[in-house]
Amino acid sequence: MKPENSEDKKYLFDKPASMKILAWSFLLSLVLLLVLEFFIHKHPHFPSEEWPEFYCVFAFVAFVALVLSAKYILRPLVKRREDYYD
Amino acid sequence: MTDVLPPAAIFIIGGLLVPLIKGKWKSAYMLLIPVAGFINLINIPEGTHWVVGFMEYNLIFGKVDRLSLLFGYIFHLISFIAILYAIHVKDDVQNVAGLIYAGSALGVVFAGDLFSFFVFWEMLTIASIFLIWARRTKAAQGAGYRYLLVHAAGGLCLLAGIVLYVNQTGSIEFGYIGLNGLATLLIFLGFGLNCAWPLLHPWLTDAYPEATITGTIFLSAFTTKCAVYALARGFPGTEALIWIGAIMTAFPIFYAVIENNLRRVLSYSLINQVGFMVCGIGIGTQMAINGAVSHAVNDILFKALLFMSMGAVMYRNDNKINCTALGGLYRTMPLTCICCIIGAASISAVPLFSGFVSKSMVMSAAADGHMQIIYFVLLFASVGVLEHAGIKIPFFAFFGHDSGLRPKEAPVHMLLAMGIAAFFCIFNGSFPSYLYSLLPYPVEYVPYTVPHVVGQTQLIFFAALAFILLTLSGMSPAEMRAVNIDADWFYRKGGGLFYRVMDISMNGLTRVADRVIVGELTGSICRISQRWPEVLCLGVMIPLWSVTGVKGKELEGKIERTRSALQTHTSPIGISAAIATIFLVLIYLLM
Repeated sequence: MKPENSEDKKYLFDKPASMKILAWSFLLSLVLLLVLEFFIHKHPHFPSEEWPEFYCVFAFVAFVALVLSAKYILRPLVKRREDYYD
Repeated sequence: MTDVLPPAAIFIIGGLLVPLIKGKWKSAYMLLIPVAGFINLINIPEGTHWVVGFMEYNLIFGKVDRLSLLFGYIFHLISFIAILYAIHVKDDVQNVAGLIYAGSALGVVFAGDLFSFFVFWEMLTIASIFLIWARRTKAAQGAGYRYLLVHAAGGLCLLAGIVLYVNQTGSIEFGYIGLNGLATLLIFLGFGLNCAWPLLHPWLTDAYPEATITGTIFLSAFTTKCAVYALARGFPGTEALIWIGAIMTAFPIFYAVIENNLRRVLSYSLINQVGFMVCGIGIGTQMAINGAVSHAVNDILFKALLFMSMGAVMYRNDNKINCTALGGLYRTMPLTCICCIIGAASISAVPLFSGFVSKSMVMSAAADGHMQIIYFVLLFASVGVLEHAGIKIPFFAFFGHDSGLRPKEAPVHMLLAMGIAAFFCIFNGSFPSYLYSLLPYPVEYVPYTVPHVVGQTQLIFFAALAFILLTLSGMSPAEMRAVNIDADWFYRKGGGLFYRVMDISMNGLTRVADRVIVGELTGSICRISQRWPEVLCLGVMIPLWSVTGVKGKELEGKIERTRSALQTHTSPIGISAAIATIFLVLIYLLM
């Protein structure tokens, strides 16, 4: 560890420009994926998979539901101090 | 058959010889073991080998078919990677334990009978415990003891099942068992404990994060995958496994979201991935079994890769592994970071990475069987994998807030080990036909179709979008130093309660016994037994002496001599003893 160097040195994601490129390419990919859906022939296993943008909506909703239920339901139930078992 | 050896023997004997080799040759020797083992393995033809008579049964040390061979290949590969990663370790306890552990795993997958299977199964536990204890911390010691006790209970359950099963069927052959009756249920549960089924799982999340940096790589590969093999061999198509597997995929992801220790996050993730395999075995179709087994192979590689990258982080940062202590390490550990991202992409089933070609087989098999609920639970779990393993692990270690840590890049041998695992993660994902050609059944499944690639990419990107929005809005659960109680609460707190109950009841009894028996009763018995012979003896003798005319000083002298003889236990008892002996002999003869 060399703090005197690391204070000054700018790394890849410390630069606003590279973060900007990353953010825009991510947004572009999202739009592309939303549009691409209408140009492919789907092979749904179940009727719900035929709904437009099913995977996009499912992933987003499932992710938010998972994180929030873990935060607001599970954590209050199971969280204990670090020395709980000592 | 004279020029090949049982695969387990090479590792176990080779491992036992490690302490005899000194200096730089030790590293070369240890790396040579899996290489020699692999050359040996590819020369073993399919079939049944090394049959040894034992009492009225036959022990089979080489049941070699496509299922056991695939596990054999991957166990050799991961042993090589784990040994390379651990090449700096000077502690022979770990070196020997790692090799015997790998050898036992090979013993399990090539065992053709239940007896040798059980012996190797137990050796897995015994060898692996040393990889936990070798950390030599109080936490590792405690977790190791709990690991041992839980596995001992599971082993006994399995043994009871095997004894009943052999008694019923008259055969010790290890093939399809199927769930019917008590014997098979006990075997099923014994397998399930090593497989970390829900409620039987906490040994894994308790012990793996406490093991040594290098030991965890071995641990992540063998115990659970041996259990997956055993289930695939003994219980394919057992419906209960579908539900057990689905629950396994879903519940650990909630814990992984709020867990602070990144190696514990990976332990929960391990259960989640094994869930996909268990579910596939439960579905039991050829595609599902292929999916389960190929996912076991891929999981061994990407889970080891993730554990190795976290191990390298610990190695370079004074054993720091909590989210709260890490962050921003990509700056000085870029290669470790790239390896971690490859592992994360593989476990998240990003197209071209290994998880994509194996997990989807299990999910397609569920869909083909019209199991709608199971399919959507697995899909939900796939999103959960993204959260904890795909994003959380790399993000909190290498990006996120800048912890100010500027460690050196991981050592070369660790980077090489990670590089090999990363290579296979990409190779298996990009060229799945090689992996598919080794699977137990012919593969018709095509992973790379346009809808599958687009659907999976949508899943990944929109989960990532959710992560970004939750993090930017501050709604992601804050990382905090805490423990989260799990099913091990029952025996960790229950154990404490048992201890206190036993302390109060048993030690209370001891205290009472001490006071009454030691303090009072023994003293009085001692006093009485010293006093009463004297009282009785003199009570009889003084009148006798008086009658025979002994008086004055002579009488006092006699009393004094008798008293001192009784006190020093030198009273003449020869005659009485002889009479008593004669009496006993007489009784004996008359009876």
